Amino acid sequence: MLTARDITAGYGGRPVLSGVSIEVPPGRTVGLGGPSGCGKSTLARVLSLMLRPLSGGVSLDGTPVTRWRQRAPRELRTRVALLYQQPRVAVDPRLTLHEIVSEPLAAAGRPSPALVAELAAEVGLTGDLLTRRPHEVSDGQLQRACLARALTLRPRYLLCDEMTTMLDASTQAHLVAVVRSYQERTGAGVLAISHDQVLLDRWADATLPWPP
Amino acid sequence: MSVDAKLEALEALEVTGLTVSFAIPRATVRAVTGASFSVRRGRCLALVGESGCGKSVLAHALLGLLPRNARVSGRALLDGRLDLLSASPAVLAGKVRGREIGLIPQSPATHLTPVRTARAQLEEALSELGSRLGAAELAERFGLAARDLDRYPHELSGGMAQRVANAIALAGDPGLLIADEPTSGLDRPLVERTMAVLRELCEEGRAVLVITHDLRAAARVADDIAVMYASRLVEVGPAAEILERPRHPYAAGLVAAQPDREFVAIPGMPPELTALPGGCAFAPRCRHASEACATLPAMTAGVSCHHPLREAAHAHGA
Repeated sequence: MLTARDITAGYGGRPVLSGVSIEVPPGRTVGLGGPSGCGKSTLARVLSLMLRPLSGGVSLDGTPVTRWRQRAPRELRTRVALLYQQPRVAVDPRLTLHEIVSEPLAAAGRPSPALVAELAAEVGLTGDLLTRRPHEVSDGQLQRACLARALTLRPRYLLCDEMTTMLDASTQAHLVAVVRSYQERTGAGVLAISHDQVLLDRWADATLPWPP
Repeated sequence: MSVDAKLEALEALEVTGLTVSFAIPRATVRAVTGASFSVRRGRCLALVGESGCGKSVLAHALLGLLPRNARVSGRALLDGRLDLLSASPAVLAGKVRGREIGLIPQSPATHLTPVRTARAQLEEALSELGSRLGAAELAERFGLAARDLDRYPHELSGGMAQRVANAIALAGDPGLLIADEPTSGLDRPLVERTMAVLRELCEEGRAVLVITHDLRAAARVADDIAVMYASRLVEVGPAAEILERPRHPYAAGLVAAQPDREFVAIPGMPPELTALPGGCAFAPRCRHASEACATLPAMTAGVSCHHPLREAAHAHGA
């Protein structure tokens, strides 16, 4: 279980959310709605150990998190993957899509071309597309690469922060199907953050209002 | 017929055979191919399609805002008198943009200059356009209080920034509005509000062209929908028809992929705009495809397909 208790978090000492608690059980998809600017993305950053909360605690499968960002133990950090709304600002523009998807495996010191090929095929990135750089592909194609990258280290929890907001209905349906099938294979817990209630009604097992 | 009535009957924008390509090293990107459509005053046309299909390039071509390596052909008549595609950059800058065509930007918060107040930016637009309207007067029409105008863009909420951008787009009282992904990244209540404002501007007698990937946003505002796939328009018609009984298999796939419908993706990926096939570009992903699809289908009765879906097909979820 990915658990956050009584989280107050913000930037420069100024809280943008306070007293928020949430649980993401393995194998479940928890939907989280709420208007833009309410702090959903800040909560996602706390849950992915990328932002140390001002107060409150996060625990991962029973292990309390005591260190954050690059100081967090790799084993904990890689247990949670985060997908952003804007794929273009989430990738290094100098890398090819193949390098982008391979990056976490290379950083972890266990490159696996076979796994990269398998995930790339699953998100629908074929052949030539993998040799391109971000400026040569569409937002939808780039978000497919970001999803493949997020799955490379087999995270126990996947946080999808407005993952499909910029995408057309067909690409949205495809990416959600990939997340669901990954979840079925691995029993991962998913937090689906979106302001689109219609999408959450279809995707999530249960949807929490904001603040959760 | 009065002059007003004549203007009313004219197409505010009539686009015929609009084609845009870009020369890049070792390849040609065909971004828009043979697009024909029109928008009448008091009507709204939504141009829908996935990212990378060419819809933003189409909008930029109409505004004369394409990069220098673009090759443009076809015709885009504004009010039946001025061809936007052959007009000089000076005419487009001095007489068309802001005065005849207003652009509602994709991301108002980044469209506004961060170091100047909303008032300064609105007043600049009004004075550039030689408008007699005052900033406060225009702002009030868009539900902005005078004190909101003294804020800097980072102090405005998303909705307020959108209203400032709308006020600037409307400063020159243009008859045609082009909104390029006006709801991208907004939450649903803001999407609804933005669409309601666009609808109102349309009801006032302006022609509105909305470019969006969001079918639900299109459904809220559009009288007509044009579906674009791999640089071509594949289906054009009344919004209700296309959303309820799409006839092109791609349009049908897009409609069915919505989360409140079947929520199933269209198999495969669109072709690259550098390597478009000679025939129907959707054929490799289409389960109705046949040998006929190796030749390009003509646009007939609003649909460009050799095997348009019929009523009966929809009963089976096609």
